[in-house]
Amino acid sequence: MTEFAVQCTGLAKRYGSVKAVDRVDLTVRSGETLSIVGPSGSGKTTILRIIAGFETIDAGNVTLQGVSVSTPQTSIPPERRRVGLVFQEHALFPHKTVAENVSFGLHKMPANDRRKRQEDVLDLVQLSHYAQRYPHELSGGERQRVALARSLAPKPSVLLLDEPFSGLDANLRLRIREEVKTILAASGATVIFVTHDQEGALFMGDTIAIIDNGKIEQTGAPQQVFHAPVTKFAARFLGTADFLHGTYQNGNVETEIGVFPASIEGSGECEVMTRPDDIDLAPADDGPGTVVSRTFQGISNLYRVELPSGAVLRAQRPHYESYAPGDRVDVRPSFHYAPRCFAADDGRLLR
Amino acid sequence: MIAPTQPTTDPAGNEERPLRQGRHGSSKRPPLAILIPAACVGVAMLLPPAYLIIRGAEASNEAWDLLFRVRTLHLIGRTGLLILLVTAGSALLAVPIAWLTTQTDLPLRRAWAVLTALPLVVPTFVGSFLYISALSPRGILQQALEPLGIDRLPEIYGLPGAFLVLTLLSYPYVLLTVRSAFQSLDPAFEESARTLGHGRMSAALRVTLPQLRPAITSGGLLVALYTLSDFGAVSLMRFPTFTWVIFQQYQTAFDRSIAAVLSLVLVCMALGIVLLDAYTRGRLRYYRVDAGPSRAPNVVSLGRWKWAAAIFLAVVVALALGIPAGVLLYWLVRGVLAGEPLLAFWSAAVNSLAVSGAAALISVACSVPIAAMVVRYPSKLARAIERLSFVGFALPGIVVALALVFFAVNYARPVYQTVWLLIFAYVVLFLPAALGATRSSLLKVSPDLEDAARGLGRTHTQTMRAVTLPLIAPGMLMGMSLVFLIAMKELPATLILGPLEFKTLATSIWSASSEAFFAQAAAPALVLIMLSSVPMAFLVTQNFASPAASQSQSP
Repeated sequence: MTEFAVQCTGLAKRYGSVKAVDRVDLTVRSGETLSIVGPSGSGKTTILRIIAGFETIDAGNVTLQGVSVSTPQTSIPPERRRVGLVFQEHALFPHKTVAENVSFGLHKMPANDRRKRQEDVLDLVQLSHYAQRYPHELSGGERQRVALARSLAPKPSVLLLDEPFSGLDANLRLRIREEVKTILAASGATVIFVTHDQEGALFMGDTIAIIDNGKIEQTGAPQQVFHAPVTKFAARFLGTADFLHGTYQNGNVETEIGVFPASIEGSGECEVMTRPDDIDLAPADDGPGTVVSRTFQGISNLYRVELPSGAVLRAQRPHYESYAPGDRVDVRPSFHYAPRCFAADDGRLLR
Repeated sequence: MIAPTQPTTDPAGNEERPLRQGRHGSSKRPPLAILIPAACVGVAMLLPPAYLIIRGAEASNEAWDLLFRVRTLHLIGRTGLLILLVTAGSALLAVPIAWLTTQTDLPLRRAWAVLTALPLVVPTFVGSFLYISALSPRGILQQALEPLGIDRLPEIYGLPGAFLVLTLLSYPYVLLTVRSAFQSLDPAFEESARTLGHGRMSAALRVTLPQLRPAITSGGLLVALYTLSDFGAVSLMRFPTFTWVIFQQYQTAFDRSIAAVLSLVLVCMALGIVLLDAYTRGRLRYYRVDAGPSRAPNVVSLGRWKWAAAIFLAVVVALALGIPAGVLLYWLVRGVLAGEPLLAFWSAAVNSLAVSGAAALISVACSVPIAAMVVRYPSKLARAIERLSFVGFALPGIVVALALVFFAVNYARPVYQTVWLLIFAYVVLFLPAALGATRSSLLKVSPDLEDAARGLGRTHTQTMRAVTLPLIAPGMLMGMSLVFLIAMKELPATLILGPLEFKTLATSIWSASSEAFFAQAAAPALVLIMLSSVPMAFLVTQNFASPAASQSQSP
């Protein structure tokens, strides 16, 4: 067995003039979970459907466990790929019981093994007592677990989850997300998880890939992607980010709220990323900032503060620190890591 | 649903919301196993109209001369008048009934709903002979009134009789479409109107009625086409419309091209009706944009009006069902007393069952590949095939039958005068009904289910067998019931295409009653109605049944 369960190289797919997937490279190690996160229409579902074998590709190739399954010329049909796919709406067969749904992919096994495997998987998702029920007799969360069990039963080489939690309401979603993560960890499956929800992506993934307009913007461990976004899109999409105009020279960046050390060579114009928790405020009648609005969020307040240049930054402050709109404040950044700077002209990351 | 559906709209006139069909446009090509049969069916559907046009083009000059004589204009006028009256009458009858049986606290609502839809099983030729024998100048009613000194009732033959029979027996087409529109009506619309300051009446007129308009027009379209193609009522009521004149020309005239030319005019009228419907429909679409579940309707309390409503419904049911049933029993008893052989029509019953059953099976089988093309692999070709399969929706039975006679006499002698040609005509005529049912059941099956099966290691064919077919089976069964029901009642094509000495229940009833042997017609009529009631009962219960088990997903 190779190290990579899934390997996509230079994937491209267009629909007419629209580039749905644009030269995408992805790898997933056996037993790991990759979250692909991006806005709707960014091409993430298409990538899943390409890996599953429902869509053909115009360029590149896909290998599963080292075996090439998709090239522009040939495509192994979905039923011969050993890929599990969990749909947003679960797609449980309404005319089959839970047990029949789960054993649907085990048709090539001898009857005894099939029964054993079906029971094992239902145990794994803790639904053995519902084996004889029909999908419409289950709650949303239970259906989710059946769908998972059905896909896990044939021991797929990779399990693909397409927005599996978006049909659930907010409270249920948190609980089921944890259940699913536990089940997946116990099964040892390799997983690709697609979502538009950044929080879900951070929670589920060992690795995160941010996608926009069919292109992968950044891949890496969740913390790494969050702390060190390599594009402005990645910065904005994963967490909240504002950008402040600055000039860099001799390893320093100068902005209207101060000068910071930054290990950037050369000199020029740039935009510095700030996250709301990077910004400190202090009351000051002659301060540069004017509070524009306050959003009370319980534990904290989120302020929008306008600077003399007209730029607006968001600042997250504890709930006991209170300013009213119109108050003048001093604005101080407190970066806990080297600030990320992007070139003002083409948006490239400055190093 | 009883009515054959048109492409892209269900009978309620609501846009069906496809379940993410044909993702990302259509990058998929249909497999040959679907494409080839669908294309074959499409081409077969083209045969009758194409041949009719060819035959019309070859028609003699006399035939064309005849067309331009005043008589034809009269014919068009008479037929148009009948269509107008029957359609208007059906709508006026159906809308209040639909409202009473869906939106009010009328007692026994379910029972009224079933009873008022039931006249659909009574074929017009059966209804006609029953009304004639009851209400004709010296009929049963007159005999009952004789002691009061009434020795003659007003004439029933002609327009009044045809109007009465066709309205009473075809208003259920409008009723069913309007009923389902009422049922899918979101009360939030009316409530919004009320909170915006409109009274109950104003809200009904400005908000509710406009939402029903598509359902009323599509039901009305069915009634209009049904009236246009009706042969039983107009022939027995001696009201010469197109169908009857064509039939007489076909039977008596030496030059059969006259019948062909008249048929072409009839087809033009049918197309005119279809186009008029499309025109009035315009680009208006009525449906709820959001996907949230519609709430149950707010029930209107009738109060003392309950009695008036019940009387109204009772009168309609008495006229449309009670009188026919009573008269039927009367003739049945008289026939038995007169020693009429009750089992003489045994072979006719078997024939009816056989040809209608075969038509039902074949129509539904033909509809599956077309539905698969249209729903799963939408393309220009798929749309073209779908349109072709709706040929029978606009072509009157007599026209299809004549076209097939002409075709078979010239090119397909071996099938001429066989039941196979008759069954083919049935399939052409009733494929739209079958397709409506299979198409909407396939629309409810999410393509995710098929993809899931593929992902779990099943091939295309295995997926079809294990997932798709079981899920659309109820829809296919509904389609079969529907086709069976209509085929049992079909008269003109059966008269023209049935082999010599081949009698069905419909033709036996017609030939007995057209010669006023009402007692002879009674027993086969009763059997026909009973046999058609079985699929009708199935259709009605399916409509009421909770769709939970047959629906694809989501709680």
